[in-house]
Amino acid sequence: MLGALFEGLCRGLSMLTALALIGILAIIVWNGARVISWEFLVSAPTGGMAHGGIFPAIFGTICITLLMLLMVLPLGVGAAIYLVEYAGRGLGPRIIRAAVNNLAGVPSIVFGLFGLGFFILFVGRNLDRVLQTGLLFGQPAMLWAAATLAILVLPVVIVSTEEALRAVPRSHREAGFALGATRWRVVRQIVLPQAYPGILTGAILSISRGAGETAPILFTGCAYFLPRLPLTHVFGVPMVNPLDQFMELSYHIFIMATQSTDAQLTRPIQYGTTLVLVALTFALNLTAIIARNRGRRQRVTTS
Amino acid sequence: MWSLMGRGSGTSALGEAIAEFPAIGSLPSAPRRPRRRREWDEVLIETGVRLAGYIAVILIGLIFAFLLKEGIQALLRIPLSEFLGTTVLDYQGNPKVVRLWQPVGDAPKYSLLPLLTGSFLVAVPATILAGIFGVGTGVYLAELASVRTREILKPLIELLAGIPTVVIGFLCLAALGTFVQEALGTTFRLNAFVGAIGVALVTVPLIASLTEDALRAVPDELRSAAYGLGSTRWQVIARVSLPAAVSGIAAACILGMGRALGETMIVLLATGNAALITLDVFSSVRTMTATIASELGAVVQGGEQYQALFLVGGLLLTITFTINVIAELVLERMRRRLAP
Repeated sequence: MLGALFEGLCRGLSMLTALALIGILAIIVWNGARVISWEFLVSAPTGGMAHGGIFPAIFGTICITLLMLLMVLPLGVGAAIYLVEYAGRGLGPRIIRAAVNNLAGVPSIVFGLFGLGFFILFVGRNLDRVLQTGLLFGQPAMLWAAATLAILVLPVVIVSTEEALRAVPRSHREAGFALGATRWRVVRQIVLPQAYPGILTGAILSISRGAGETAPILFTGCAYFLPRLPLTHVFGVPMVNPLDQFMELSYHIFIMATQSTDAQLTRPIQYGTTLVLVALTFALNLTAIIARNRGRRQRVTTS
Repeated sequence: MWSLMGRGSGTSALGEAIAEFPAIGSLPSAPRRPRRRREWDEVLIETGVRLAGYIAVILIGLIFAFLLKEGIQALLRIPLSEFLGTTVLDYQGNPKVVRLWQPVGDAPKYSLLPLLTGSFLVAVPATILAGIFGVGTGVYLAELASVRTREILKPLIELLAGIPTVVIGFLCLAALGTFVQEALGTTFRLNAFVGAIGVALVTVPLIASLTEDALRAVPDELRSAAYGLGSTRWQVIARVSLPAAVSGIAAACILGMGRALGETMIVLLATGNAALITLDVFSSVRTMTATIASELGAVVQGGEQYQALFLVGGLLLTITFTINVIAELVLERMRRRLAP
């Protein structure tokens, strides 16, 4: 009797949790789908942000997450390679693991504080002083926002890469060593190719995490509205300018919901932006989850 | 194919034809022996990955150092008692202690108490809610659900964790606030309770997956033994699995609390941001995180308020850090107990 009650309760609670997700999605799709059009996706805001589309925010989100990935991948994958392939079980790797764990537990707003205090005011201003560039580096910019996000997602990349490396059977490495390969050669030619899907999963997860975070970029480079895209021309070729500010989807939702001149009037735009952001992160997460589950299943069947 | 034909047949017409093209013609005529790697690039790589590994340590050190640096300056500039309350004269000339966070104005007030109560007034209800739903879901996933149900339910819950927090906050602001106000008749549309529901939504997946992990760490032999003694499924869960995993489940809830205290965007959007000292969950509150997020953009860099905000950040980091360490210790205990 008590058992049936308890089992029913657990089942009910988990169904409610799943329902919450479905409800959230339903609200977003219901309200957002009316706004979404090709026009909405490819045009810039007009009429004091009350009309028009969100293209600059989409563009900014893609730029900043790619820049973030460029910074975090070498560091995160390198760190994981060190932990799994080189470090052994000494005090050093234990300290690193503790640091990674703690980094994952730091509240995201603290990264925002750190990004402003360290990257912009300390690194940026000092770069300006040394390079005599006036106020080029020492102000909010995409570069610093991406760097701040890179720190935030570093634990994601390290942990998922570690998992991928550990899944490579020990015997494969031993076979490599037996053939006289050096450690780096074993890592590069035997371990990394097998771990590649897992590393990719980590990269996808970190993109979706980075695209969804708002607090770390509040002060490090986001703009309410920019009349231009953050582009520059290098020898006539348009390039993303990492020293410019940018618009971003999650920030756009936040700022439109709280600071726009008429938040009720622009609610449809806010829902539309939400739908775009959620669709983006969901597509990424779903890819990662499926890829990981497939990887795990394969591992079970082969080993 | 080219390299195959070119190799060892340098005198043939084909070979000569190939020699016309410098890139192809310079193929080695004998199979290449593996080039012996020199020591230095091994050393270089190892140094590189080691550095990458220690970056995490350096970063966490830098984060603490920078919050500490500005926070200590705030402590030096602002008298300590100010962080509890400021003594002001009321309209009759009697001294009165006010506990306000009001950093702008002629007489800035820096009492941390409203921010602390605000943070906990959101985090505690959120943790309770998320604990109930998260543990229930975790138990269901680990002990009760069939494989098929599990394969559908688990990705759904992981997707819930993947929704950006700003989206949850926005929905609390745009839809849930009104709903709660109409359903419960609250004075404020945006209040601590609305924020707590939002925060609970992002905490449930964390607690659920950690609970599931904790239950899965319980060796199956224990369950088999209990079944062998004639226990029902409910008895096995209540007397064997849950007691063995209780530390892990507790750690899950503690970590959920840490997550809830650090949550920024949801509380910024959904709690109304009035810095009041209150114990009423239906009142507007302002958390530490929301204070930093809403004020840091508009302060004089290096000024008193700027440093006070870093102090708030330092306090927040200290609290969440302590919570994480406690959770880690609890988990460690469970691992030791379950180790054979």
